[in-house]
Amino acid sequence: MPAYITKRLLMSVFTLWLVATLTFALMFMVPGGPFLAEKAPSEATLKALNQKYGLDQPKIVQYKNYMIKFLQGDMGVSLKQRGRTVSSIIFTGFKVSARVGGLGILLALLIGIPLGSIAALNRGKWIDNVIVVFSTAGIAVPSFVVSTVLMLIFSVKLDLLPTYGLTSWEHYIMPVIALSLYPASYISRLMRTSMLEVLGQDYMRTARAKGLSQFKMLFKHALRNAILPVVTYLGPLLAYTLTGSFVVEKIFTIPGLGSEFISSIVNRDYTMIMGTTIFLAALIIIMNLLVDIAYKIIDPRIQFK
Amino acid sequence: MKHVNNKLSLQLDVSDFLPAGQEEKQSLVIMRESVSFWRDGVRRFKKNKIAMASLTVVILVLIFAFIMPAFYPYSYEQQIRGSENLAPMQYSQQELELKASGVKVFPHILGTDSLGRDTMIRLMYGSRISLLVGLVASVLVLIIGSVYGSIAGYFGGKVDMVMMRIVDIIYTVPDILIIILLMVTLKYPLEDLANNVPGFGWINTIGVGLICIFIVFSLLYWVGMARIVRSQILSLKEQEFVTAAKALGASHGRIIRKHLLINSMGALIVTTTLQIPSAIFTESFLSFIGIGVAAPMPSLGSMASDAIGGIQSYPYRLLAPAIMISLIILSFNLLGDGLRDAFDPKLKD
Repeated sequence: MPAYITKRLLMSVFTLWLVATLTFALMFMVPGGPFLAEKAPSEATLKALNQKYGLDQPKIVQYKNYMIKFLQGDMGVSLKQRGRTVSSIIFTGFKVSARVGGLGILLALLIGIPLGSIAALNRGKWIDNVIVVFSTAGIAVPSFVVSTVLMLIFSVKLDLLPTYGLTSWEHYIMPVIALSLYPASYISRLMRTSMLEVLGQDYMRTARAKGLSQFKMLFKHALRNAILPVVTYLGPLLAYTLTGSFVVEKIFTIPGLGSEFISSIVNRDYTMIMGTTIFLAALIIIMNLLVDIAYKIIDPRIQFK
Repeated sequence: MKHVNNKLSLQLDVSDFLPAGQEEKQSLVIMRESVSFWRDGVRRFKKNKIAMASLTVVILVLIFAFIMPAFYPYSYEQQIRGSENLAPMQYSQQELELKASGVKVFPHILGTDSLGRDTMIRLMYGSRISLLVGLVASVLVLIIGSVYGSIAGYFGGKVDMVMMRIVDIIYTVPDILIIILLMVTLKYPLEDLANNVPGFGWINTIGVGLICIFIVFSLLYWVGMARIVRSQILSLKEQEFVTAAKALGASHGRIIRKHLLINSMGALIVTTTLQIPSAIFTESFLSFIGIGVAAPMPSLGSMASDAIGGIQSYPYRLLAPAIMISLIILSFNLLGDGLRDAFDPKLKD
């Protein structure tokens, strides 16, 4: 197991380096720069600014400087949001995004796992059909559609919920629901198939034969085995929540990391682009790694290769 | 018949050479036409009501997106002065006067947007973009993934190891971040290419945004396909017919093309079909955040994004693209599920 983890860690570091280098190369292919605003600064100011942030040096030198600084834990200052360091912007943005995204993931699990299990236990009955229809439909609806339709119903028509910002608990309702609909549907489908498979296993018959209570049978034997595919889905789920958050944060004007990422690209805020990309990539890669390891701990039958 | 016991005897058994009896002949008669893999799959597919319904919806959407615009009197970029912000089936003052004077005016079935463009035709073109992206991107993914996966699986050993490590790394790259970055960066060199280099003018006819999406998909999304093809090839290449083909002197390319890929066709078709909705999903997402298909070309994502601005006064404008995109993705998902059940039941997890 340690060998496996080391191998995966090394690969993750390599991927991260690849993403960082790729981002660096791509970033400078885009014409324009961070200091070209509506009112273009004078030639001299521009030169001074470029010099101040080291943008006048050859790209290779800039790359080397950035990497060295990054390894020392310094992500630099934002070129656009004057006076703020990249790490502080990422930290503030991430706190907001993590709260909305975390609630979304939690809600998805809380809805998806029970619904999938209920459907499997009532296979072929009307409740199973209803759940299957809803989860199939839920997968087909992009998050921007869910968000906007929610907004249309609850803010425009019924005037119940606020449309933008994140100042009270009411502000969380729509973004969290919008983020969780797709994963909740997906989890309930996963859960249904794996639960059906587990219920047909021999050990379930044995459990019933030895007179185990329904409760114990479901929770100790069935659920624990059936939940494995959901665990593997947690990695991609995080990546999905991230994509969802780009859209949801845009629609509900939430000052999270997703909107910082998009606006940094639009503004050519080089240090911010690098910072957010590396941070988000690291987050996804580490989550995937943790999920893979957790999966192998939960299911001892899986061999390390 | 004493020779039966002696296996080395050269004496022939005369009874082996007697004409076959009626009963023996009967057993060789083919009672029913043999059912090929394809026919069997099609039969199973036809029985699946949900799959057939989704196939019908897909065909209807294809007609809506590719054929109907030819018969529609408005065009997607045409801005009709004086007909801005019309509600569905509403006529502007001018159009009412025209109608009164006896000229036939085609109604704006879904109304018009703030620039006076007919929403119905924009919806048709938006669906066309979505379908194009889904189909072309999936075919690209199919080609790249199956070539790469079959080479890795067929040659095995070190080739396989190196090729699959590359796949593993691309797999761990967070695709959405790189896609957004690529979409923004690729636009400029492509525009440059289209406008300044002769022979690349066709880029403008398709649209830089669309080309960007195709490139991005071919760069990142083939890895899943490569993995599936590789695992299929790995099990197929051990079978006798491959040994036979080798013994007959078939080249590697011929074995891969004519024997291995043909035999994994079921999995290929199913994976490609399930790739379509995911490509459509990504395109609409990119257009929604404003880096997909460029204006004035409509996309379902950008139409929904435009509608948000006027959600207070024109909420109905949101519903048309929202319903359309969900319908397209849903029907392709169900179609893919149906194809999987019919052609490749093993793939079901």
